[in-house]
Amino acid sequence: MRSIIDWLDDRTGVRALVRGALYEHIPGGARWRYIWGSTLTFAFFVQLVTGIVLWAAYSANAQGAWESVYYIQNQMLGGWLLRGIHHYMAQAMIVLLVLHLMQVMIDGAYRAPREVNFWFGLALLGLVLGLSLTGYLLPWDQKGFWATKVATSIASMTPVVGPAMQQLLVGGSEYGHHTLTRFFALHAGVLPAGMVLLVVGHIYLFRRHGVTVPEKHERKPAGMFWPDQVLKDGVASLVVMATVLGLVLWTGGAHLGAPADPSEPYSAARPEWYFLFLFQWLKYFPAGWEVVGAQVIPGMVFGLVAAMPIIGKWKLGHRFNLGVGAAILGGIVLLTWLARVEDATDPDFRAAQAEAEAEAHRAAELAASPRGIPGAGGLAMLRDDPLTQGPKIFAANCASCHRFEGHDGLGTIPADEPSASDLAGFGSREWLRGILDGDRVGTEEYFGGTAHVRGRMVRFVTRGLPRLTDKERDDLEKVVLAVSAEAGLPYQAGADSADAEAIAEGRELIGSEAINCVRCHTFRQYEGDEDVPRLTGWGSRAWILGMLHDPTEPEYYGEDNDRMPSFGVDETLTPREMGLVADWLRRDWYAATTAH
Amino acid sequence: MSEDTSDAASTGSEGPTGSESPGGSGKPLGAELESEPPGAPRRSFLAGTVAAVLGAVASLVPITAGAAALLDPLRRRTSSSDLTLVTRLSAIPEDGTPKKFTVTKDRTDAWATYADTPVGAVYLRRTDDGIVALNTVCPHAGCFVGMAPDRAGFACPCHKSSFDLDGAVDDPASPSPRDMDALDVEVRNGDEVWVRFQHFLPGREEKTPV
Repeated sequence: MRSIIDWLDDRTGVRALVRGALYEHIPGGARWRYIWGSTLTFAFFVQLVTGIVLWAAYSANAQGAWESVYYIQNQMLGGWLLRGIHHYMAQAMIVLLVLHLMQVMIDGAYRAPREVNFWFGLALLGLVLGLSLTGYLLPWDQKGFWATKVATSIASMTPVVGPAMQQLLVGGSEYGHHTLTRFFALHAGVLPAGMVLLVVGHIYLFRRHGVTVPEKHERKPAGMFWPDQVLKDGVASLVVMATVLGLVLWTGGAHLGAPADPSEPYSAARPEWYFLFLFQWLKYFPAGWEVVGAQVIPGMVFGLVAAMPIIGKWKLGHRFNLGVGAAILGGIVLLTWLARVEDATDPDFRAAQAEAEAEAHRAAELAASPRGIPGAGGLAMLRDDPLTQGPKIFAANCASCHRFEGHDGLGTIPADEPSASDLAGFGSREWLRGILDGDRVGTEEYFGGTAHVRGRMVRFVTRGLPRLTDKERDDLEKVVLAVSAEAGLPYQAGADSADAEAIAEGRELIGSEAINCVRCHTFRQYEGDEDVPRLTGWGSRAWILGMLHDPTEPEYYGEDNDRMPSFGVDETLTPREMGLVADWLRRDWYAATTAH
Repeated sequence: MSEDTSDAASTGSEGPTGSESPGGSGKPLGAELESEPPGAPRRSFLAGTVAAVLGAVASLVPITAGAAALLDPLRRRTSSSDLTLVTRLSAIPEDGTPKKFTVTKDRTDAWATYADTPVGAVYLRRTDDGIVALNTVCPHAGCFVGMAPDRAGFACPCHKSSFDLDGAVDDPASPSPRDMDALDVEVRNGDEVWVRFQHFLPGREEKTPV
């Protein structure tokens, strides 16, 4: 062993290198307050390791980014842990950087001859913020997409070069594949390379100057980097790692939102918490002052910090710097706090957050379904999901007349009174029992708001049905089962097959003297009137699609149609959209089994 | 310079280059460079210049090629400014409330072309002067402007920009530098609503298409 090292040392001088690195004298001895730089180096090492492994599984394109991150997060062995560590260590780095900067300021370690190293440190801070910003977009989820849109918008406000800068960053005039390839090249290539160079330079300069020892410790005996300080650094790095690991385990890892969608609103758009102060800051700048708020003032503040080594030369310079540092930190804390409070007390924001969370959860659920993520990507998968898309289409196109459980499908109660039936549970036995209830058929729940309130159906239900005998009432229940079975609702399939006998009876009883639905309605072999909705296949997907396509067909309301638009004929809804609404009303969507 | 430099010098002497230099000449590396043969300055100046020029020329090749590809997006001008069929007249509320419509069209994104894909959204609204189309993208910083929940108008969920139903800024504290971006609308064949779906540079008073 020894001879191998001798051989290597002879050719490389490795012993002297290691000795030089480890047996560094520390005037005044090893101290806890010197740990920050080492913990940062450690954090950077963690980011390199986790980042490169993530890189090995990540795909930087608009149809692969979310998908590959989903795969890392949910399918790969320990992927959630890996991504969680990368995510939270990035945040830990910001905190450590601030602590390091505070320590340097308080100790006056920026003063001559350490000015250049101070600037190196500030440049490193800039790079770390750049890494955060570029990293935030890479999962290509709604959260990252919209936050980064704001960031590049701010870049575009730069006088003269702004628009070109934005176009170069985004890789074109719109967000797309090249936005990701570029951000990824920055995140995994340019910025880390810059970091390595600056970290090496930073440490080299630090070794050249040594630590800044406060006066009261100057007389204390000198310590050694190895093992005195390394022990402290090691303990500190372990604490950092443990904290990050704790955060990952506590939160279950980094969050992944729903796939990015430029056509869907995302009202929960917020930057990462350490940029919240800038976000809040921007609210205070009225029209025409954006550049001042987003660039000039932050730039000046950064410039002031960079000038600290020079300011510090004056008699009261150090105190002035400390005051400035405290003011900046205080301002940042205050703005962050304001942003938090405003969001926490804003019911719209909280609702938007809940909605974003629901979409994210649903996207993950669909991706985990047996069908998985289609080749067209996660966004296409989510767009074809009736559970999430149905209510949006319903709210936008149906809820001006109809309701769903009293609301517009998305939970909002429209200001205007409903003028058509409540379609929650349409096709079900429950829904049918309601329409056959004399107390309910004429209410807003069914025909209350429509012209049909004066029609034959309401008359029959309110006047004819109450005269039924108990036996006939039992028969009517069988008819309800039979008509509802026409819908073939997936959520009623169990009951339908269990009641097969009653349903078969109901199909006959529908023509019985007392009930006689088929006097007007067409049902299977019974031919009814025109312009009365057909009960054959009532509530099925095809039936609903036909109704949406053209309710003025004789097998629906025909000439008696009351204001229901012909969405298909008018092409106001696409077949795809109509299908999503139909499937949503029929609760025909993928449901994750809760068993596992 | 202060004491620190002397400290640094002493630490530096512990470094690898100081103690054992390879080659065994015993002289520090720097010393060899300094002791040039007499009469050489002219030749070494010439050699140095040539080396610098050759090196620069050689390096310029990858740098130029790289810069060209890197700047390529600047050549990619605005996505087509043709009009796109968004919806039918009958889908726009009669009472003049705005309604959000997804804009779908063919889109080429770098290497891939997507047929009929959602590219954004517009608010359409009936007014006395016809149909008004507003881009949903906030002219302030690019967020998705929503309908204000508590009044007739629009509100941006990010920095609280606020607009009235016409898309005009309606609050002096609103950070948006201009009104919401109105888009060209054409009604064709009686009831088809066609919109020129465009984006404009955010954060400035004038409407500059991107």
